[in-house]
Amino acid sequence: MSEQKERASQNNPDTRAQALARLLLRPARGSVWQAILLPVLAVFTALVIGALVIVFTDLQVLNLYKDFFSAPGKALAASWKSIASAYSALFKGSIGNPAEFAKAISVLRATGDAAPLRQAFWPISESLVTSVPYIFAGLAVALGFQCGLFNIGAEGQIFIGALASVYVGYSIKGLPQYIHLPLAFLTGAAAAGLWAAVAGVLKAKTGAHEVINTIMMNYIAFLLSDWLLNGPMKRPGYSPISPAIQDSAWLPKFFPDPLRFHAGFFVALGIAAVVYWLLFKTTIGFEIRSVGANPDAARYAGISVTRNFVLAMFLSGALAGMAGANEVLGVNHQLASAFSSGYGFDSIALALLGKSHPVGVVLAALLFGTLRSGATRMQSLAGVPIDIISILQALVIIFIAAPAIIRWLYRLRLEREVGETVFTRGWGQ
Amino acid sequence: MAPVLELRGITKAFPGVLANDHIDLTLEEGEILALLGENGAGKTTLMNILYGLYQPDAGEIFVRGKKVEIHEPNDAIRLGIGMVHQHFMLVPVFTVTENVMLGVESMRYGLFLDRRRAAAKVREISKQYKLEVNPDDYIKDLPMGVQQRVEIIKVLYRKADILILDEPTAVLTPQEVEELFKIIRSLHEQGKSIIFITHKLKEVMAIADRITVLRQGRAVGTTTPAEATMERLAQMMVGREVELVVKKKPAKPGDVVLDVENLHVVDHRGNVAVRGVTFDVRAGEILGVAGVQGNGQTELVRALTGLLRPEMGRIRVNGVDVTHASPREILEQGVAHVPEDRQKDGLILKYPVHDNLILNTYYIPPFAKGVNLQFGEIYKAAAERAYEFDIRTPNVYVPVSTLSGGNQQKTIVAREFSRPVRLLIASQPTRGLDVGSIEYIHQRIVQKRDEGAAVLLVSPELDEILALSDRIAVMYRGQFVAILPAAEATRQKLGLLMAGVSVAEAEAAEQAPAPVEENPAL
Repeated sequence: MSEQKERASQNNPDTRAQALARLLLRPARGSVWQAILLPVLAVFTALVIGALVIVFTDLQVLNLYKDFFSAPGKALAASWKSIASAYSALFKGSIGNPAEFAKAISVLRATGDAAPLRQAFWPISESLVTSVPYIFAGLAVALGFQCGLFNIGAEGQIFIGALASVYVGYSIKGLPQYIHLPLAFLTGAAAAGLWAAVAGVLKAKTGAHEVINTIMMNYIAFLLSDWLLNGPMKRPGYSPISPAIQDSAWLPKFFPDPLRFHAGFFVALGIAAVVYWLLFKTTIGFEIRSVGANPDAARYAGISVTRNFVLAMFLSGALAGMAGANEVLGVNHQLASAFSSGYGFDSIALALLGKSHPVGVVLAALLFGTLRSGATRMQSLAGVPIDIISILQALVIIFIAAPAIIRWLYRLRLEREVGETVFTRGWGQ
Repeated sequence: MAPVLELRGITKAFPGVLANDHIDLTLEEGEILALLGENGAGKTTLMNILYGLYQPDAGEIFVRGKKVEIHEPNDAIRLGIGMVHQHFMLVPVFTVTENVMLGVESMRYGLFLDRRRAAAKVREISKQYKLEVNPDDYIKDLPMGVQQRVEIIKVLYRKADILILDEPTAVLTPQEVEELFKIIRSLHEQGKSIIFITHKLKEVMAIADRITVLRQGRAVGTTTPAEATMERLAQMMVGREVELVVKKKPAKPGDVVLDVENLHVVDHRGNVAVRGVTFDVRAGEILGVAGVQGNGQTELVRALTGLLRPEMGRIRVNGVDVTHASPREILEQGVAHVPEDRQKDGLILKYPVHDNLILNTYYIPPFAKGVNLQFGEIYKAAAERAYEFDIRTPNVYVPVSTLSGGNQQKTIVAREFSRPVRLLIASQPTRGLDVGSIEYIHQRIVQKRDEGAAVLLVSPELDEILALSDRIAVMYRGQFVAILPAAEATRQKLGLLMAGVSVAEAEAAEQAPAPVEENPAL
C-alpha cells in the first residue's frame, strides 16, 4: 500500500491533499434519533409496564377480571379506563390541561383577568421547578462518572450546599441583590465542593473508595444539618427550620403566585452548557475524561490522576451543592430538615439515563421532574398511588442498565461499537 | 478420502469491510495447516465462522465430506472442532480441573461436581499428549505457557480432533514457544488435525505441513515450507517485497543523553525488580536490552519514564536529574516512550484517533490556547500524522479501538515520533505486529537514531534486538549481566546470558561447537 502511495504521489501531486481530505471527512452521523432511541424506548416500555401495574393494583378492575371469560369487554374497558385516567392525570398534573388553557385564554380576553391562565400554567411551572435540582444533581453525578468516580454523596452534598447558602442568605443583611444572590449561591456550591473533595483527597492519598466515603459522608451531612437546624441555625420559636433568607438573596421569580417558576431554571441550563464546554472543549475536561477512560494511559501521558480525582470530586460536589442552593434561594427561601427528599439519589439514575452527557442529563432531568410533579396530581385525581412513579423510574433504570432487554424487545441490532471492539481487532479497517 | 475439513467460498462482510472474500480452505486428516496473514487479513474472522461465533454471508463448510451448519460454538464442539483463543478464556481463581470441566461438568448423583474423575481425565490427557500440568493448581498462579496448555486440554477434554490455535505464540516467551511446538508435534503424531494461525514466518517454516496465505480477506495461495522461502511468504502476505533485514549505517554516537547510575526499583508487589543497574545511552545509538520477560525490564522502563519511583540510584536525561521527576517533567525533556502494553498504557481505546494522537501534547499550542482545545489544529495534525505514518483508518474520528493492532501501534509511534525526541524508549515496539508493520516501525526507529536521538530498545525478541541494536545489554534477575557491542553478540551467546549463564561461561561455550540446536522460533 505505502509503495503504491509513494508511486502515486510522484505521478500525482494531489494525492497527499486527497488523502488528508479523506482522513478529515466526517462520516455521515447517525441521526440524533439513533442516539436517543434506546432511552426513548426504555421510557416507553416503562410506561407500558407501569400501565399493567396500574391495572393490576386497581381492585375494582381486578374484580371485573373474575368474569373475564363471560364479559371480556367489560374488564378490558375498565382496564383501559383505569390506565387512561391515571396517565391523563399524570399529563394534566405535569404539563397542563388543554381545556383549562382554552378556558383561561377566553377569560383573559373577556375580562382581562390573568389568574385562571396562571392556574393553567401551574402544572408545567411545577414540573420545571422540580427539574431544576435534578439538572444540577444529575450534572454532578455525570461529571463524576466522566472521571471514573461514582459520587453517591450528591444527596449529602445538596444538604451542605443548602446549609451554606441559607446561612449566607439570612445572616448577611443589607447587600444588593446582584452581590448577595451570587454570593449565597456560590458559597453553597463551594461548601459542597469542598465537602465532596474530602472523598477525592481520601481516594487520591489512600486509595479509599469514593463510594464508601461518599455514602458515609451522607450520614454526616444529614445529621450535621439536623443538629444545625435544631441548634445554631434554628429559627427562634420554630421546629427544625432556619430563619428565612433576605429578599436580596432570592432567585428572581417571573410571575406572581402560585407560579413558582424562577431564574434557577436558566441558571441550570447555563451551568449545563458550562459543564459541556468544560468537559469536551477544554484541556481540563480532556484530563478528567482521560482519567475516567483509562487512568493508566492518562498517567503515562503525564496527567496527574490524583489531582484530577480531587478536582472532579470538587466540581461534582459543587454542582450538587448548587441543587441545594437553588432549592433554598429559589423555592423554599428557608431550610427545613429533610428538605431534599432524594434528589441526590434519583440523580444517579438520571445521570445513567442521560449517558453522563450534559444534554442527556438535562433531558432526563426534565423527564424526572415532570414525572415527580405530575405524580401528586395523579394520586389526587386518579387515586393511583404516587409510588407508581418510583416503579416507572426503576423500570427506566433497569432498561438503561440492561439495554439487551430493550434490544431484544424491539429486535434492534447491536450497535457497532458495543461489544464488538474485541472482535474488530481481527479484521482492522 | 475427503479432507477432514473443507471451506468453500466463505464470505463475510462487516460494515465497510469485506473480511472474508470467497475463501476456500482444506485441512487434510492429521496435518498441520498454517494460516498465515497480516493483522486484519481475515484469519480470525474465518476461524470465528468455523467455530460458530459468526455466520458467513455465503459459503459452505464440510466436515469429513459432509456439509454442516455451525450456528454456535456448541455445534462446532459436537463436530470435533476445538478452538484455543489468543486471549485465554480461563477463570483465574479456579483450578486447572475446574476450568477444564467448566460447561461439561461431570456430576455425582446429578448434583455434586465429580472433581476426582475430571482430574483423572485431565491427568490422562496431560500424559497422553505430553501436556505437563498439575490439575490442582490455580490458574492465577500459572505462567502463560501453562495456561495455554490448560486451554489445549480443555479442547481435548471435549474430544476435539480438529484444533484451531489462534496466534498461540503471541503471549509466549521463546522457551514457551519451543514447548508449545513439542506439544503440537505430539498432537500431530497422534492424529489430530491442526490449524495454526499466525503472522510469524519463522513459526510457519518450523511447524507447518502446508501453508495457506490470506491477504485482505482473500486466500492468495497455498504452499509448503519445502517449496517456500521466508521472502516469498512475506511477499505473499504483504503483497509486495519486504525487507526482512533492517538496513542501517554504522552508529555515530554523540553525547550521553540517558545516564543511569546504580538504579534500584521495587515493583508494585514489593519485590525488588531492578537491582543496581548502571548504563548510559548516547545520542545517535541504539542500546538494546535483551532478556526473558519478567527480569525487571518492565520496571526499569517504568522507572525511567517516571511511572514508578526508584528506591535508590540516579537517572539523568540531558544532564538533568529526573530520578524523582513526574512523567510530564520527563516527557518535556524530550523523552518519547512507546509503552510495552499499548492498550493499557499507550492508548485510550474509546477515544478517537485524533485524541490519541495528542494524548500527551493536548495542553501545548497549537492544540490548546489557554484551556481551550483547538479542534481545527487537532484534526489537521491528526490527518497529517495518519498520512505520514500510514495509519490505516477510514478517518481520524473513529475510536482507536476499531483499528487493528498494527495500526494502533502506528498511532502510538506517530504520536511519540512527532514530538522533538532526544531519547526514545521503546518497549517491545513490534509485539504482536505483522511483517509489514514491523518493517515500518524498525525503519522509523533507525531513522530516529540517525537524526541524533538516543534509543533504548527493550525487547524479548532476539531478532529485534540483533537487527536494531548498536550495543546490547542483557538483563537477568534485575541486573545487567553484560553490555556488549552488537558485533560481539551472537544469538547463542545472548541466549546463554539471558538464561543466567555467566559471561565467562558463555564465552567458553561460544568457542566450543554448538551444544544445542538453534531454536528456529527464537
